[in-house]
Amino acid sequence: MTGVPVVALDPLFDGGEITWSVFGVVAIKVVVAFAFLLVAVMLYIWGMRKVIADMQNRIGPNRAGPFGVLQTLADGIKLFFKEQSIPSSADRPVFRLAPYLSIMPAFLMFCVVPVGGRVSILGHETYLQVVDLPVGALFVLAMSGLGVYGIMLAGWASGSKYPLLGSVRATAQLLSYEAAFGLAVLGVLIQAGTLSTRGIVDEQAWDGWASFATEWYWAAAFVPFVIFLIAATAETNHPPFDLVEAEQELVGGFNTEYTGIRFAIFFLAEFMNVITMSAIATTLFLGGPSGPGLGFLAADNVVNVWLMPVFWFLVKVLALLYCTIWVRASLPRMRYDRLMALGWKYLIEVAVLWVLVSAALVVAREEGWNVWVVTPIVAAAALGAFGVLYLCMPRPGEHVEEFR
Amino acid sequence: MEAVLFFVLAAGALAGALGVVLGRNPVHCALFLLVTMAAVAVFFLMQDADLVAIIQLVVYASAIVVLFLFVITLLGVDEHERLDEPHPFQRYAAIVLGAVLLVQVLVVIGNDWATGARSTVGPLDEDGRSGNVETLARALFTDYIWAFEVTAVLLVIAVVGGVVLARRSGRRLPAEGERP
Repeated sequence: MTGVPVVALDPLFDGGEITWSVFGVVAIKVVVAFAFLLVAVMLYIWGMRKVIADMQNRIGPNRAGPFGVLQTLADGIKLFFKEQSIPSSADRPVFRLAPYLSIMPAFLMFCVVPVGGRVSILGHETYLQVVDLPVGALFVLAMSGLGVYGIMLAGWASGSKYPLLGSVRATAQLLSYEAAFGLAVLGVLIQAGTLSTRGIVDEQAWDGWASFATEWYWAAAFVPFVIFLIAATAETNHPPFDLVEAEQELVGGFNTEYTGIRFAIFFLAEFMNVITMSAIATTLFLGGPSGPGLGFLAADNVVNVWLMPVFWFLVKVLALLYCTIWVRASLPRMRYDRLMALGWKYLIEVAVLWVLVSAALVVAREEGWNVWVVTPIVAAAALGAFGVLYLCMPRPGEHVEEFR
Repeated sequence: MEAVLFFVLAAGALAGALGVVLGRNPVHCALFLLVTMAAVAVFFLMQDADLVAIIQLVVYASAIVVLFLFVITLLGVDEHERLDEPHPFQRYAAIVLGAVLLVQVLVVIGNDWATGARSTVGPLDEDGRSGNVETLARALFTDYIWAFEVTAVLLVIAVVGGVVLARRSGRRLPAEGERP
């Protein structure tokens, strides 16, 4: 290999050659990340059922294990031993392939998420993330784009009507929100000036409580933060955007014909996507693993180096996941045309305008222009542009040309 | 290590390409195309062209092939393909043009007058930490800004043209709460 500078900016590869211990570190990281995601999905499904049960005055799962925590495991084992049927009209190879195409991007996307700080494993200095690509943010977009294949092919390969309708609907939704999603990520990239996820997190390093409001991008890029959360919910087919599996209309959506372990894999992929998206949102907007260490211990104490960054990362991801469950329990499903209108008429426009505004502000900062003059002018221009675009949109009931 | 990777991936890419040509089912062909795209992306990665590799994935694998599949599944053209050709000379023209393309590729591989160098390996910028992206961006927005902007305008014209071609008879948008 040619020195492997491309694979990672990780200090692990600074030596240039790949020894067995370097290989071991990478293997450990991959296995731990995969196991972490599986356990996290198990606990998330249990937690979701418990929280929703609480919100609806029910008890929720309470049989398997303490507080019912093993319920997901029991369900998984049950699905594993169930008979798997394939419809006679199905396209058999694609039908078998689709679940794995669905779960692969969910896991690969998690690989670029920085989970912790800079630590030492097997005598090698390395970052606590599977890989630090120089183009990590683009990798996230690529993987969220590849996630469409599983759903699309599952619906097509089933060879029956409802799955096909469900998958076409899902594909249209995912492709529509992909644009808003990418533009929201772009809003952060302009501020951060780097594509590496580690670089983005480093830009949001913890430096006292002031950095919480000034350095972290949830405040500096508040509009993309909101757009990202909405678009990510739509990308993961989570309520209120779960039109993909609208039971009342589509039987079960794209996975109607699936049974047993293949169905379980779709289920796993869906919830893995939710966790991965929360982790990505944490990385982009909430500073990833950065947060205050324990002041009474030395800065290079093993607790401050290993545990505290991971702790802060998990706290932020859990907070986002709780909000997802909260939304799931409170909002009804959106109507399909409203979903499309929200994506195309509002989110994409606002995201594009925000990209232009933040680019203008970054240039103003670098050129040393007066921020208090530039900001109102740029904001007024953006609002004016949005007003013009809004007036151009057809009103309900208005005569328009048909597109087909 | 690099040689082993190269041959494994080359076999994958060629198998995918053959599958696209020989496959009977359009959806299977699109999936084989996906295999080729992914293998080519890893080739780029092996040449330290990380940005090109990821663009290969974003643009081709996750946008263009998705659109192919979307059209195939939506229009249901997976029944029977019409094999009779409207233009009888099409087949011979394809063979001649394919041969010309093959010769061109062989000539470019053998010489360096067309591209300036036989091959380039390694990131564009050695000292910068994210060298490829920064170097490419600087080139695009300084030396090649004119070509870049012209391409952007061309794409906008293409989009507007597509919308104009797609519009048909007039219709009223359903009012709030009204069934279309």
